[in-house]
Amino acid sequence: MSEYIEHDKNGISVGLVEKKFFTFAEPPDELILEGGARLGPVTIAYETYGTLNADKSNVVLILHALSGDSHVAGYYSKDDRKPGWWDIMVGPGKGIDTNKYFVVCPNILGSCLGSTGPSSINPETNKPYALDFPMVTIGDMVTAQKALMDYLGIRKLLSIIGGSIGGMQVLEWCVRYPEMVVSAIPLATTTKHSALAIAFNEVARQAIMADPNWNNGDYYFGRKPNLGLAVARMIGHITYLSDESMRLKFGRHLQDKSDFSFNFDADFQVENYLRYQGTKFVERFDANSFLYISKGADYFDLESQHGSGSAVKAFSKARAKFLVVSFTSDWLYPTYQSKAMIQATKKNGLDVSFCEIEAEWGHDAFLLPNERLTLLVRGFLERVFEETRTEQHAF
Amino acid sequence: MKKLEQSSMRFDLQIIASWIEPGSKVLDLGCGEGDLLHFLEENKRVAGTGIERVEAKVAQCIERGISVLQGDINEEVLDYEDDTFDYVILSQTLQQVYEPAKLLQSLLRIGKKGIVSFPNFSHWSIRVQLLIRGHAPITKQLPYEWYDTPNIRVITIKDFRRFSKKVGFNILKEVAINTDHHDRQGNIVKFLPNLRATYGIFLIGR
Repeated sequence: MSEYIEHDKNGISVGLVEKKFFTFAEPPDELILEGGARLGPVTIAYETYGTLNADKSNVVLILHALSGDSHVAGYYSKDDRKPGWWDIMVGPGKGIDTNKYFVVCPNILGSCLGSTGPSSINPETNKPYALDFPMVTIGDMVTAQKALMDYLGIRKLLSIIGGSIGGMQVLEWCVRYPEMVVSAIPLATTTKHSALAIAFNEVARQAIMADPNWNNGDYYFGRKPNLGLAVARMIGHITYLSDESMRLKFGRHLQDKSDFSFNFDADFQVENYLRYQGTKFVERFDANSFLYISKGADYFDLESQHGSGSAVKAFSKARAKFLVVSFTSDWLYPTYQSKAMIQATKKNGLDVSFCEIEAEWGHDAFLLPNERLTLLVRGFLERVFEETRTEQHAF
Repeated sequence: MKKLEQSSMRFDLQIIASWIEPGSKVLDLGCGEGDLLHFLEENKRVAGTGIERVEAKVAQCIERGISVLQGDINEEVLDYEDDTFDYVILSQTLQQVYEPAKLLQSLLRIGKKGIVSFPNFSHWSIRVQLLIRGHAPITKQLPYEWYDTPNIRVITIKDFRRFSKKVGFNILKEVAINTDHHDRQGNIVKFLPNLRATYGIFLIGR
């Protein structure tokens, strides 16, 4: 996902927030990963917003995509230049209303933004793990999130929301811990990557690994594979936009010039944009984390992992009420993938709503200010919150 | 309060709502902005789901807390298992369906009962327009010109009864209504319904 972070235009914000850390799986009780490896200790960075109510029935778990972090809304300090990555959606009176709900957002396992990942110190060597870090799957990320919920004393999740790779974690939660998940909002996501999505990820990984500074992942004490990571990010950005959005945003416009330079400088605005996004990304993201998370996403296959190849069987474990949202111009996770998900939930008699939002901004549409998306999320959350209350009264 | 709400709903929907047993599972095909489902959930504790093609209407349903799927009714009905619903409703949409027999068969596969309403094409005002003026009829219920109408099927109350025998479903109940004032108010027509009613409403079963 891209970064579109802007200050709320109405100046409404959840205010100052703090990144917290939870460490578990201390040896010898390491976390056993899906690939069989043991990992420990494991730290998960997370942030919370709003107040947990007395019966702990107002928890909304937000799960982020590849390059996101736990900082979903608000500011770390008064001088902070930018709020969290989904500040437009999360805050007082917003789509996910922090006056009503207790919002938790953990940084995913394998990331480099507070949680344990390949750039973390391996306690056995006292050096960064680099490629000694075991492969982590979407399932492993969810296992770590479940440990965090246990630690926070949370047994029911009113809703789990996430887009893209965050949406995969949402789906994994629904079939892995069905008794915990009251409702789920998978946005612009899929039950499994298409060959096209894997192909783009592979080109991005190759760009990193082809950078001589990558040095087989062992670069933490020397020069970093910044060029490779920047190119990987550029490829990602192409897949997050769409033909239409690029036509509208850049066209064939030249950057600060009236004629071609007749060399390989960035002549076109789109070239300039991609270079800028690539350079900015390397300042805050670790190349090995990119490799691990993108590969983990490619491995994700809800149908084969939970339904012996059948989506219907996979969703037979789920109990949640679903709101599925796709975007018309998203060619990374096209609507047909959401429709397949819906078909499986319908066959299982689950309560499911679906809306395909007309949007020109491609896959990134879920992160951009979108009144419709905000209203959908708000309405759905209000409904499921109300239903949990009446159901409780019934008992 | 409840009565007020009921009368703000289209009159044919008021009749349909009165036929539905409290606590049942209902699917509304072409549910629009979800007026009927909203009413049924508030007043009859039904578990309702809608299917609607238009994004803006789908969004309105979800915003007001109704479960709805965006999609084509002809395709969406295929995914449900047999007997998923107690009632499947098709209100004022049959005249726009390309394969009515196929849809009604799906309707009675996934639902134990079906409720179908449609504008009656043999209403006297339509007959008069054709007979006297000789042009394609335009009424409050069928307000389109021939060249831009979504209503591709011409159905009368009599035709629907014949159709039931041909397709092989049973008519369990039928009511003919005459509506006025933006279809919000109306009355039941017992005498010469095929001539005098603007809409036919049928409860059908296997």
